Amino acid sequence: MVRALGLLFFLAVTWLLLSGIYDNNLLFWLGAASCLLCVFIARRMDVIDHEGTPLELGWRIIVYWPWLFVEIVKANIDVIGHLLRPTLNISPTLIRSKTLQRTDLGRVIYANSITLTPGTLSLDIDDEKGILVHALSRAGAEGVLTDDMNRRCAALESDRLHARAQKDRTP
Amino acid sequence: MDWVTIVSGVLVIGGAMLTVVGAYGTLRLPDLYTRLHAASVTDTLATFMILAGLAVPSLFAGEWLITVKLVFILIFLWFTSPIASYSVGHAAFFAAQKPKLDHDLTDGEGDAA
Amino acid sequence: MIFAIGALGLLVAMLLALSRALLGPTLLDRVMAVNMFVTTPLLLLAVLGYLGGRPEFLDLALVYALMNFIGIIAVLKYFRYRDLGQSRARS
Repeated sequence: MVRALGLLFFLAVTWLLLSGIYDNNLLFWLGAASCLLCVFIARRMDVIDHEGTPLELGWRIIVYWPWLFVEIVKANIDVIGHLLRPTLNISPTLIRSKTLQRTDLGRVIYANSITLTPGTLSLDIDDEKGILVHALSRAGAEGVLTDDMNRRCAALESDRLHARAQKDRTP
Repeated sequence: MDWVTIVSGVLVIGGAMLTVVGAYGTLRLPDLYTRLHAASVTDTLATFMILAGLAVPSLFAGEWLITVKLVFILIFLWFTSPIASYSVGHAAFFAAQKPKLDHDLTDGEGDAA
Repeated sequence: MIFAIGALGLLVAMLLALSRALLGPTLLDRVMAVNMFVTTPLLLLAVLGYLGGRPEFLDLALVYALMNFIGIIAVLKYFRYRDLGQSRARS
């Protein structure tokens, strides 16, 4: 129920910010009705769970995003340097990065963070073998192998999220 | 030229140049997987620079609803672009399209695929 | 003026991305090129909105971003399963 209310709040805020019309009663109530309809459909589809509305991530994800942004900028500068060099100096490397995360949500965040930083690309996720990463250069691959991002993604998962994931998995 | 025009000009033109660099990279690099790296430059930093360059004058003129829309576009693109890249890479890898590798630090998965 | 230069740069990038889509030796190269190609018109829409002083174009850009993502996923799903309706469990 808390999750449904959270989703309703998020949808309402999104609608209000995107429409920008506050003095028209008809539009306002139609917006409210469509938000309620969306939450109703989401409940029927059974997608309101710890993955659909990950409220447990809370403040941790807010701290994580700026760090990820700085990483993305650094990786971009590196890749642009590779692209503009007169002679191509790349050394494509394939590695497996063992995941430290306990939940699927954490693994997906980690894999998407790897893909979002240019120069590294996740190709496959496997629970035992880890994430298959293709890197543009050997240095980039070694950057993934230092597990810095891996540990930060694992730190995103609170014990509450883990407990919730366990509970959602066993029907 | 006030500083708002200068900042937004540098960001928009810089972002447009980065899109050109990313597109040029996809022409230059040798195989699909390396080209995806070049494409992700366009998707991440270039997008951010152009949208930030557009947001600066709006924010300065007090049109914050437009700024919010730009932020929504950025968040949405950054949430979906890694999923699209992953899908392309995953599909290629499991369609047995081998990457050209210099180093394979896995136990030979690059050839087995 | 700056927005015009930005729009020109984006048009050049679109041309390069399209030439990769035409050259691309494999089908997936083309899908990748199209995936990159659709990001640039999205930015172009946003820039054009400012160029013409019509910020409503941003709504179009937002919808374009949504459709682009769904389109790429649909193409790749078709590529993998040769069917759009079938779920993973049954194939």
